Amino acid sequence: MKLILALFTGLIFGIGIAISGIMNPAKVFNFFDVAGKWDPSLAFVMGGAVVITFIGFRLVWRRNTPLFGGKFQIPTSNTIDGRLIGGSAIFGIGWGIAGFCPGAAIPALGTGRWEVALFLVAVTAGFYARRLIAATQINAKTALNPSEFVATDVRLHSIGENK
Amino acid sequence: MIAKVETLFTPFASFGGGLLIGLGAVLLMLGLGRILGATGILSGLVFAENGGEFAWRAAMIVGMILAPGIIFLVTGTMPELSVPVSPRMIIVGGVIVGFGASLGSGCTSGHGVCGLSRLSVRSIVAVPTFMLTASGTVFLIRHVFGT
Repeated sequence: MKLILALFTGLIFGIGIAISGIMNPAKVFNFFDVAGKWDPSLAFVMGGAVVITFIGFRLVWRRNTPLFGGKFQIPTSNTIDGRLIGGSAIFGIGWGIAGFCPGAAIPALGTGRWEVALFLVAVTAGFYARRLIAATQINAKTALNPSEFVATDVRLHSIGENK
Repeated sequence: MIAKVETLFTPFASFGGGLLIGLGAVLLMLGLGRILGATGILSGLVFAENGGEFAWRAAMIVGMILAPGIIFLVTGTMPELSVPVSPRMIIVGGVIVGFGASLGSGCTSGHGVCGLSRLSVRSIVAVPTFMLTASGTVFLIRHVFGT
């Protein structure tokens, strides 16, 4: 049942992505191109989505646990650091170059276009590069001061918090 | 360079699509208690983080990929998708997207849709940051370096 809900959730999300126009790079570029022939449509995507999640999340959180058990896993960190700002800034640059973001590209894969597959392979390579650098940082710190290993290691695992 | 492809202003389709995107995020929170973030789901799947989490991530990605096909079956047309950039830009942009979204702990779905509605301070900083750099990048490519 849990997997059927996950599949259904992906399907609803994917249909939304497809209808909204955000999986179309031409539309993404025209949205960001405020100085050109601006197409503001994609602001309505974020508007529609946030209206539903703003109300929906709060209704869901009246429950003590999710339907399929466990607990709600909600990020609690409020830390604004270079990693958050730098990472977000870098992500935006890539979005402005390729015209796809991950959440739009995954459903777009279903159109069968090879460019989408190429993009997702590149994204995965980017994830991998990030992990390599994180691992190198830990090794360097451990070499200098082994007692820091535990703390940095924990921090690496908490990176995934808000994805 | 980014070729100029005109697109129509589609406020209703975009808003409607947005409502479904939000519904997907709420359903995932209701069922599994998770934030719907494409970066986390994809990287979690690729690197097989936390063994028990593999199956639902895979199921969700399968559902997402089925979406254009379902739309084709119902309407008879595939969703519009035109790529006005070269394969090289897709590769370079993709690597940058993957690196940045991973470093910044989220992308348009996790920080944008889910984070903003939770009023997460981190997401309230992240979203304008990537919107600004994306606009700046498109401006540079189209109006400064472009011809």
